[in-house]
Parts: sequence; structure tokens; C-alpha cells
Amino acid sequence: MLMRFPLMIGLLFLASAVVAQDTTLLSQVGDSLTNSTKPMPVTGTFKGIYLIQLQTNETIAAGALNFEIQHRFGQLNSGAYQFFGLDNATLRLGLDYGITDWWTVGIGRSSYLKTFDGYTKFKLWRQQDGGGGMPISVTLMGTISNYTQNFPDETYLNANYRTGYATQLILARKFKFFSLELVPSYIRNNLVPTVADKNDMVALSGGARVRITKRMSLDGEYNYLFPNQVVSTKVYNALSFAWEMETGGHVFQLVFTNAQSMVPTQFISGTTSSWGNGGIYFGFNIARNFNLTSHAKKSVKY
Amino acid sequence: MKKTLLAAACLILTLVKGYGQQYMTRNGFVGFYSKTPAEDIKAETRQGFAIIDEGKKNLAFAVLIKGFTFPKELMQEHFNENYMESDKYPKATFNGSFAGDLAPGRDGVYHVTVKGNLTMHGVTKPVEMPATIERKGNQLIGHAVFHISPEEFNVSIPSLVREKIEKSLEVHVDIQCDQK
Repeated sequence: MLMRFPLMIGLLFLASAVVAQDTTLLSQVGDSLTNSTKPMPVTGTFKGIYLIQLQTNETIAAGALNFEIQHRFGQLNSGAYQFFGLDNATLRLGLDYGITDWWTVGIGRSSYLKTFDGYTKFKLWRQQDGGGGMPISVTLMGTISNYTQNFPDETYLNANYRTGYATQLILARKFKFFSLELVPSYIRNNLVPTVADKNDMVALSGGARVRITKRMSLDGEYNYLFPNQVVSTKVYNALSFAWEMETGGHVFQLVFTNAQSMVPTQFISGTTSSWGNGGIYFGFNIARNFNLTSHAKKSVKY
Repeated sequence: MKKTLLAAACLILTLVKGYGQQYMTRNGFVGFYSKTPAEDIKAETRQGFAIIDEGKKNLAFAVLIKGFTFPKELMQEHFNENYMESDKYPKATFNGSFAGDLAPGRDGVYHVTVKGNLTMHGVTKPVEMPATIERKGNQLIGHAVFHISPEEFNVSIPSLVREKIEKSLEVHVDIQCDQK
């Protein structure tokens, strides 16, 4: 025992000397960094404020403007004479502006029924990573639409009849390589074709984004309209897929969908073509971000 | 019993010796800047952790990539998602030593050379830079300006936006470390 004692002390000295090497300094700062890390808001759940037609939980940064072009060609099953739909087009142009980082307003005009739409969107909660943070992002969206196309034999259609509303609660979560969202919607159309149709409708939408590479992803969305709400016309649930590519301030998407409209009051409850019989619209979305504030434009001083 | 006490005392003594003369901060500043005709880039954080061991002339630094804030939010998102992949590589660290003497107990600015390994985005590179360490009472204030190029750390930039980012980014580091 006595023999081993000096050896033990020697070992202790040696051990502490090793421990005090510079790698400990690094693990010391590393440990304190890890220990003091607070939950941080998760960014980039989705690349844009639109998944395909459906809105995402994302909002526009304060002072930034987003220009959105949503373009759909005609139906694939419209035949060779119509060049399988490419002769026709439906277009929505939109401008989205971030008043604050959590409050976005937007307007749009689409060629489908010559519709104007406007919306406002609030980011209520943001998902946080790290233990104990908020597990999901929650965004509230309210939109109003008004179609202005003339129907000579339906002169009774006044502005009130042409107006619809949609309110959506957007619940989203980002996982490592994919993001999901679940969107319950309440839709109100002021005028419906028959008494059997409902003015007030509810729907549940789901959307997903899967990242393939750093700048490419696949998107999908499905909008389920609860049954027996629209009965006078045969409507289908809108199902859409997109291949998404991002470069700098642009987001580009190639889209396949059975929904012709891009306005929530129309595509959720009024999609009349189906994937089953080739009623598919090919198209694309382009989003371009502009920074309007001067502090964002010129920020580096040497 | 006595032996155990003695051993414990030895251990504590050596530990005290090993960890003496250390200075630390939890809000070290790091900023990096790029200026091109197309775009200005500025990113800063005040959440860097740093330790300077005066006796051993060692120092270490760690900062969270997600802690960097940009004036343009979209740029910050791209920085985290596309360039630094901060979910995969959350930290940037530096581990090294400095050459040059700090006169004990006397306030002043001392020019030193800092040398060590910089790790970020999963890549470790040896770096060397001139720096200053200022002694001010119970504080050591470190300051350094150096340049790094994104490509060196495997950060790929698409050719489409390459001219918007300088080939070599200027990095500023400022750490006010208090005696532990």
C-alpha cells in the first residue's frame, strides 16, 4: 500500500496535467455554450409563404416585399388541339408585404373569374428547438375574395354575392429534413347555387415539404372538404405536388395540381376537375423577395 | 484516511494550479462582413463564449451559428439553411494559443500572434492572425480581425450568386474576459 502511494500521487499529477491541456479549454467553452443555450425559434419551415396554393406558417420579414406569380396551364386531358392544356392559362399575381416580422398583408389578382383577393396573416407562435420550447408554429390567416367576371344572364350578382371569406389556422412543424403543416379552414361564400349547398364550410388541409438537397425540395398538399357541403356540383379535393428550387431571393416551383384557382375560397371548395380523369393542371410558381428598407440595403460600413 | 486526504489535497492543488489565471466571457462579439456592388452582408452575434488562459497562453472560443443576426431575415435563413447548415453543424469553435508576453499586473495593450484551429461547417483549418490583448484591471480584452473564405470551409456558393459575396470575408472578434 505504502509503495503504491507515491505512484498514485504521480498519476494524479499526471491526470490533472492532462486534464489541464488546451482541449479542456475548448470543451469548457463548448460545455458552457451548450448549457446556456436557450430555445431558439426555428426558421425556414417552408421556403415561401405559399406551399403550392395553400399558405404556409411563414410570413414576410418586416419591410420586405414578396412578388408571387402563380401560373397554371390548361387541363392535360384537353387534347392535342389545345396542346394538352398549354394553349390556355390561369394566372395569379400577388404582392405580399411584411409590416412586422409577424404580420404580413397581401393582395392578389387572378384571371380565374377575374378575382381579387386580399389577406392578412399573423404569426402567433414560432416553433423552438432545444428542450422545453414551443413544439409547433401557429399562424392565423384571414382572406377575402371577390370575383368580378361579368355574366350577362346573371345580373343579380352584386358585390356582396361575389364575395367569399376564408379563415385558416396554420399549424406547422419542421423536422430535420421535412416539414409538415395541418390547416383547418372555415370558408364562407355569400352566395351558393342551391339551398342544399352550404354557405359556411369547413375543410382540413395538410401539406408537406421534403428537402432533397440544400436548395431543392418536393412539396405536396391535400385539401379535404368535409362531405355534403357542396352538393349541386361535383367537386373534388384539391391535391397538388410541386418540385421546388431556390436560388438567392427566388423560389421556383413546377406544379401539378387538379385545382385551377389559387384563391382559398375557390380551390378548397370549388375544384371541379380530378386527377382520376386527367384533369390535371401543369404550372409554376415564382416568388421573388425584395428588401425595401434602407437599413437592409446598405448595412456594411468600413 | 490521512492518505486519502493528502491525495485529495494534491488533486485540488493541481487543479487550482491548472485552472488559475483564466479569463472568461459569455458575450463575446463576432461579426463578419462582405461588401460587393450587388449586396452588403453583415452578420453579428454577442453570444460567443471564450476563455483565455494567461499562464498557459491558451485560448478557446465557441459560438452558435444560429446566434448570428443579419439585417435581412431572408439572408439569415439562407445562411443557416443553405450555407452553414446550422442544424447539422451548430457551432463554430477556435482552439489555440497566443505568442507574446503580457506584463503581469500592469494595464496595457499587447500585440500577440494567435495560432490555432478554426472549426466550422465540419471542417477544421489551421489559422494564424495578429491580435491584441489588453489588460485592464481584472479583465483581458482580446481583439482580432482576420479573413476567411467560405470555400475553405466547404461552404459552396452557387455560381449565380457568387459575385454577391466577397471571396474572403472580414471577421471581427472582440472578447472582454473577466477573471474567473
